[in-house]
Amino acid sequence: MSSDGLSRRRFFGLAGAGTAGVLAAGAAGGVIGRATAEEPATAAVAATDAVPFSGAHQAGIVTPAQDRLHFVAFDVITDDRAELVEMLQAWTAAARRMTAGQDAGEVGAVDGGQYDVPDDTGEALGLPASGLTLTVGFGPTLFSTADGVDRFGLAARRPEPLTELPGFPGDAIDPAISGGDLCVQACANDPQVAVHAVRNLVRLGAGVVSVRWSQLGFGRTSSTSSAQATPRNLFGFKDGTDNLKAEAPKALDQFVWVADGDPGADWLAGGSYVVTRRIRMRIEPWDTSTLAEQEATIGRTKKAGAPLGQRGEFDPVDFTTQVDGEFAVPQTSHVFLAHPTNSGTAILRRGYSFVDGSDGLGRLDAGLFFIAYQRDPGTGFVQVQKNLRMDAMNEYIQHTSSAVFACPPGVTGDDDWWGRALFS
Amino acid sequence: MSKPARKRLSVVGLTGLTALTLAACGGGDPSSAGSDGAADAIAVAATDDACDVASSDLEAGVHQFTVTNTGSKVTEFYVYADGDRVMGEVENIAPGVARELRVELPAGDYETACKPGMVGDGIRTALTVTGEAATLDQDATLAQAGTDYQRYVQSQTGALVEQTTAFVDAVKAGDIAGAKALFPVARTYWERIEPVAESFGDLDPVIDGREGDQAEGEDFTGFHRIEKALWETGDVSDMGPYADQLLTDVQEIATRSNDVQLSPLQLANGAKGLLDEIATGKITGEEDRYSHTDLWDFAANLEGSEAAVQALRPYLEEADPELVGEIDDRFAATEAELEQHRAGDGWQSYDQLTDDQLRGLSDSITALTESVSQVASVVAGK
Repeated sequence: MSSDGLSRRRFFGLAGAGTAGVLAAGAAGGVIGRATAEEPATAAVAATDAVPFSGAHQAGIVTPAQDRLHFVAFDVITDDRAELVEMLQAWTAAARRMTAGQDAGEVGAVDGGQYDVPDDTGEALGLPASGLTLTVGFGPTLFSTADGVDRFGLAARRPEPLTELPGFPGDAIDPAISGGDLCVQACANDPQVAVHAVRNLVRLGAGVVSVRWSQLGFGRTSSTSSAQATPRNLFGFKDGTDNLKAEAPKALDQFVWVADGDPGADWLAGGSYVVTRRIRMRIEPWDTSTLAEQEATIGRTKKAGAPLGQRGEFDPVDFTTQVDGEFAVPQTSHVFLAHPTNSGTAILRRGYSFVDGSDGLGRLDAGLFFIAYQRDPGTGFVQVQKNLRMDAMNEYIQHTSSAVFACPPGVTGDDDWWGRALFS
Repeated sequence: MSKPARKRLSVVGLTGLTALTLAACGGGDPSSAGSDGAADAIAVAATDDACDVASSDLEAGVHQFTVTNTGSKVTEFYVYADGDRVMGEVENIAPGVARELRVELPAGDYETACKPGMVGDGIRTALTVTGEAATLDQDATLAQAGTDYQRYVQSQTGALVEQTTAFVDAVKAGDIAGAKALFPVARTYWERIEPVAESFGDLDPVIDGREGDQAEGEDFTGFHRIEKALWETGDVSDMGPYADQLLTDVQEIATRSNDVQLSPLQLANGAKGLLDEIATGKITGEEDRYSHTDLWDFAANLEGSEAAVQALRPYLEEADPELVGEIDDRFAATEAELEQHRAGDGWQSYDQLTDDQLRGLSDSITALTESVSQVASVVAGK
């Protein structure tokens, strides 16, 4: 926008020069600043290892973000609560096996009789667990349909924050790839392992659920652990530098996990809400913009990922720094507007790059499949997104899908299943 | 148009499961089963609003119903066991016509039904059969399935030849409207037994090949060649040779099919294969791309699949009653989904269906296929 004349050299030269202090760090920013630095990184595990399926929280949220995604949303097509419960139990059993690197069914892909239909589809034979996590969520329409029908006797148990997201300026939401009664987020370090998991869950759901939409992602765009290097998104910028991370449990408790006393805590405590947005990037206009324009749009340098006006990626973002009488981090930049300091909140981002081929006009149909976890969508994603109305990045993106789901806590024992507390 | 595809399994003239007892009595063709104890003919007086069956209590054994239609609508007559399992059926009974149905009924409670207009649940009457129920061991039950299904195929090939003849006649007479009306009717009998017909690799492509599927130098022939002329140009003046060839080929395949006896495993695979036909050819509108009569074929494939499962039913009920229940539920769910698209005596045009409606049909077929796919494992004698 107004930053065309800036150059990276001038940033370096004048870094830290301006300290007008017009922007005092907000209370939320202060908390996050402390919280995100409180614990050392956990030990890295091999990309082929299994991630434990059971636990207080579902895996796939603060688990160090794997490289690959297959996200799928379902419509429930039965009105029979018992069938739905039976499927969730079958899903849990299959998820427990697959995340351990085993076949989906007890028999397996090739160990049954010649005339049996295999209970696993087989494309993951010989592949390691690959860090597979399967994370389930329940959409608002599971509790009551858009027409207000309470199909499963769950309407009274819908937590108030679980409601369709409001519209935002510039949205181009396609209902066909939005919403859903259920979702499963499959993440793995091998795309075939993630696709295999979704494919087998879809099979188990025949007659109970129907795939509403699904999205493949091929590269993580966030770090959810300080043990991970920050990846680049399709804009070519490091993404997720200041994300909420596994090593900051106090911040996670404040911003990610539903706590006792929160709405729906009787079944959702220890869980979280996931918001997904398919954000198409206008790749070609972006690629023909100057480096200065790109950096001013993001608010970070492209090479190091440093906040403008700073040197290193993890240098603190200082919104008071001025260059030539202007803020080093432009007030319309994405970092400025989205940062906890100015949005007053924090979310755990876990998005993936996608390329869904081309759009028929020769342009990449590509972007970022945004995934964020938070304790309450209203004070999480919605609050952040409302603050992005003047985001310079809006010129280069368009949100084409939207969904929100409540993700229950983790399963705790071998007999536990996804949603047990909700359906009990 | 005289013959709609119907919701229920068609087992024309088939003694169904109960042909088992015939085998137990030393076998024999039910059409000459007088010595097996066929009772006197039971008169059925069918009108547009009544279905009077002369007897409501019978002894177990083979019985012959004579159905006389004095109404103004084409009708059908069924004998149902529990759960609307078809024990026998005679269809396409025109006004003023009498048709016969031979069916063997073991002891049990049944319902008879006339269906004026050939739609809906029909006019039902209770029928009680008393006496000793014959029992067979599992192997014999399974062995009987192929014989039962063969009778089903024979009933379908008869109607196939009959309706294809009428279709071909209309084409050759230049009767466009008549030919268009008969096209999906004739195909109904083809689609019901498609796995059997397809087993004749030389005839299937020339009867049912789609445009573009021919090898280099081969002509585009059969149902779809004529379909294209009827719907695309409305000019069938050069279709005479194709019509003649179609009838010849259909007669040939009918003759050959009548001798086919499928193994239980082939039946199981055939039942699933018919559902795959729906998923890959009918849900997509590829089969009848000019006429958009795909839902007729959908219904016929579904009926054919159910017929194959029914032939295996006596065995399945012993071996895996839970699976039978699930299959029943899912056939019913698919039929209910399809029933929403009934139009008059037939079905809505494919191009009138919305994406949501297609998805509903697809979801129901996906679920049904998962269940029917388990049948092979059960009959393979686990």
